[in-house]
Amino acid sequence: MSNGILQHPFLDLEARQNKQIFQYPGINLGTEHEEAHTQAESMLFGFWVFLMSDAIIFGMVFATYATLVSGTAGGPGPRELYHLGPVFIETMLLLASSFTFGMASVALKYKHPTSALVGWLLVTLVLGLAFLGFELNDFSTMFAAGGVPTRSGYLSAFFDLVPLHGLHVTAACIWLVCMLGQIAVHGLDTKTKLGLLRLALFWHFLDIVWIFIFSVVYLAGLA
Amino acid sequence: MSLSAIFVHPLGLLAQDAFPFWALLRSGNRGDLINGLIGSSAAAIVVIGVIVVVALLTRYRAWRPLWFDWLTSTDHKRIGIMYVVIALVMLARAIIEAILMRAQQADGLGGGFLSPDHFAQLFSTHGTIMIFFMVMPFLTGLINYAVPLQIGARDVAFPVLNSISLGLTAAGAGLVMISLVVGEFSTGGWFGYPPYTEALYTPGVGVDYWIWALSVTSIGTTLTGINFAVTIYKKRAPGMTLYRMPLFTWTALCTAILMIFAMPPLTVATLQLALDRYLGFHYFTNGLGGNQMNFANMFWLFGHPEVYILILPGFGIFSEVFSTFSGKALFGYKSMVWAAMSIAFLSFLVWLHHFFTMGQSGHINAAFGIASMFIGIPTGVKVYDWMATMFRGRVRFGVPMIYAIAFLFLFVIGGITGVMLANPILDYQVHNTVFLVAHFHNVAVPGVLFGMLAGYTYWFPKAFGFRLNERWGKISAYCWIFGWMGAFFPLYVLGLMGLPRRSVAYEQARYVPMEIVAFVGALVVGAGLASLVIQLWVSIRQREQNRVYVGDPWDGRSLEWATSAPPPEYNFPVIPIVNDRDAFTAAKEFGMGYQEPDEYVDIEMPKNSALGPVFGGTGFLLAFGLVWHIWWLVILAALVAIVALIVRGFQRETVQIIPAEQVRREHQRWVHAARAAQPITRGKEGTSANRGRAALETVGAPT
Repeated sequence: MSNGILQHPFLDLEARQNKQIFQYPGINLGTEHEEAHTQAESMLFGFWVFLMSDAIIFGMVFATYATLVSGTAGGPGPRELYHLGPVFIETMLLLASSFTFGMASVALKYKHPTSALVGWLLVTLVLGLAFLGFELNDFSTMFAAGGVPTRSGYLSAFFDLVPLHGLHVTAACIWLVCMLGQIAVHGLDTKTKLGLLRLALFWHFLDIVWIFIFSVVYLAGLA
Repeated sequence: MSLSAIFVHPLGLLAQDAFPFWALLRSGNRGDLINGLIGSSAAAIVVIGVIVVVALLTRYRAWRPLWFDWLTSTDHKRIGIMYVVIALVMLARAIIEAILMRAQQADGLGGGFLSPDHFAQLFSTHGTIMIFFMVMPFLTGLINYAVPLQIGARDVAFPVLNSISLGLTAAGAGLVMISLVVGEFSTGGWFGYPPYTEALYTPGVGVDYWIWALSVTSIGTTLTGINFAVTIYKKRAPGMTLYRMPLFTWTALCTAILMIFAMPPLTVATLQLALDRYLGFHYFTNGLGGNQMNFANMFWLFGHPEVYILILPGFGIFSEVFSTFSGKALFGYKSMVWAAMSIAFLSFLVWLHHFFTMGQSGHINAAFGIASMFIGIPTGVKVYDWMATMFRGRVRFGVPMIYAIAFLFLFVIGGITGVMLANPILDYQVHNTVFLVAHFHNVAVPGVLFGMLAGYTYWFPKAFGFRLNERWGKISAYCWIFGWMGAFFPLYVLGLMGLPRRSVAYEQARYVPMEIVAFVGALVVGAGLASLVIQLWVSIRQREQNRVYVGDPWDGRSLEWATSAPPPEYNFPVIPIVNDRDAFTAAKEFGMGYQEPDEYVDIEMPKNSALGPVFGGTGFLLAFGLVWHIWWLVILAALVAIVALIVRGFQRETVQIIPAEQVRREHQRWVHAARAAQPITRGKEGTSANRGRAALETVGAPT
């Protein structure tokens, strides 16, 4: 470990002595609690496995979209319905929220004051909600232009894939609120930390899925 | 639906004509009378069964223990037992349906006694139940019971999640059962192909029952897969490397991985079909850009790995049985492991052989045909390994071994017909005939059902502390085996003669003799089921003679036999350290089988949780509300489930401590019992002298 990191002003004395947090890429769960580490390993590994399973669900829905994209049945197609401007803003919001969640993780790992952690989480929540707001606005624009899911196989597939991601983001936002509640009630105990770790994985995962949606649905649709 | 309509029709579509006896009362037609009587009797059995269970629970004041010891339990052993109970109840229903179908076919020349709709419901529920609500709970139950013990763990990685999975499976099973009483079930087969299952062609609630039963249970199964993959990766006792895991644990791992990756396509396919039916989407419709092949592809992308989810644990059980009942280490351990993993991998590459005749090019058919045949290679390796395990072993013909040997013969025949069907040219000849029905029952029944029954007999003494009655076990096994042969070998002949599958009736008199043979076979299978019930009854009555508290009645080789029967809730007072492949055999050979540790420590175990039953209950109500369009119920159930999950997140006191003193007391009682017990030789293990301590006979035995 370089001395530069060790002398970071945010680090308190306890963290500086706790070398293990630098050797282990995860979050500081405290050296004295070996049990917490074992628990964290199964928890996080299990959540990774869940994400793989969830990725298969998205894979199936992407495949549905790819096979039905030409099935417009005389209804409106991608060119009539997509607008790159708001979608680009959504992408930026989501990327920014991944960054702010990353900052929250850094605050957690390097024992910044809890207020810093809560602050980053709140910013993340606002960005996530803003993303959802823009997305809902997109959908209503599409509806107004005749792009309703019952119109064609293509539109059914669109409204399978994109709102499924939106639903995941909604769930993640609810989860985030619950985590803020847990921080308020229990402080940063092991269970809260493990919850934040998993939520972080989920949040970044949704970001990655969105990149695919942005490329496969919107960029390819408007190309 | 507007808000007011939700309250104007509080029961949604549910009305009096949903009950099966209603049609019976209104119609004077003879056919309707028979079908109505059969349907009403089935409904009556469900209702009476529920009433009897409730009455018994009340009479024996069992509600409290049911809730605190069982439903809210996070103990993997109890959860496993509850899974097996679900499986056995559903097995009884599906076997009765099978006998009814064979009776209809025997009487099917020019008509028979069932209406086509009734017959279609029978084969749809039979398939759905056997796959999702009999075999899946059965294997999940056995995995739940045995795997944490085999790897020397105290519990699974996520005990509460385990309970939730059980709740969701029970919800799905309950939904299929209640479809007998209220409404109807799907007529679209266990695979539910659109566009037949679209609302346009099949209105009514049958398909919706099918959709929600499968959706609820498939989510539970995905969670089970995650739980067991993590358990096996992360919770093994020190020293238990991957290559020291018992074969059953290996197949459980393969199955868990298959569940993680194969269940999501099913979830997506059923939910998309639901969107088509409920909201008028166009995923699988004939018109407006839908594509029915998407369903077939996704369904079999799930469905083919699914058949290996079903069979691999059976292979695992047979591996344990062949090894234990031959008194030998498993032959070709590593080849067995690699064969299981290869099968799991190949299972994802062959789904297209389920629709060879749907019009894709010959090249695609050839590629998938060859890929399908490849699965025969690792399976053949396994068959030879099992035979070599018996070679020069000291083979004992206990009940599990009878199932295992029958499996070996019958499964090879089933495998060969599978290779035949993997050839697209032959498949064109026999597709959609009962030849196919014969083939998949020929692999599914000997491979899966016999495996499960062997596992049930094998681990029963471990779970309950007493052995099952041998005599009734053998009667049952021979009824299953010969009844099965009688019921399905004629179907190969009938299939080659051209009898289409799923047909309620036929017009060719030459089918009749073979159909009658098959019906008699089905009756013998029914006798096997009855003997199984009698065996359980007799065994419970004479349980005192057959106690095996010491816990090792079969001279077992893996760690689950190294603890008392039934095991304490923490499984092992001290986590064992593993130095060898057959860990318990090695311990016994070194005289380390029944030892006391140097010191006892407090053990931390998960507390009970109501989350599992809450998810089961809300899952059931949510699905029932969706089937009958009772929207307030749907919203309420979903809210309760979400709130329960959030509340759980805030809980912190989720573990309990078992004091070292209690552990010491229980362990010493067991060690003393083990030292006091007469070691039993292999020749006498079927007698009541067997108190669960096997004599050491492996040393010097031919290897």
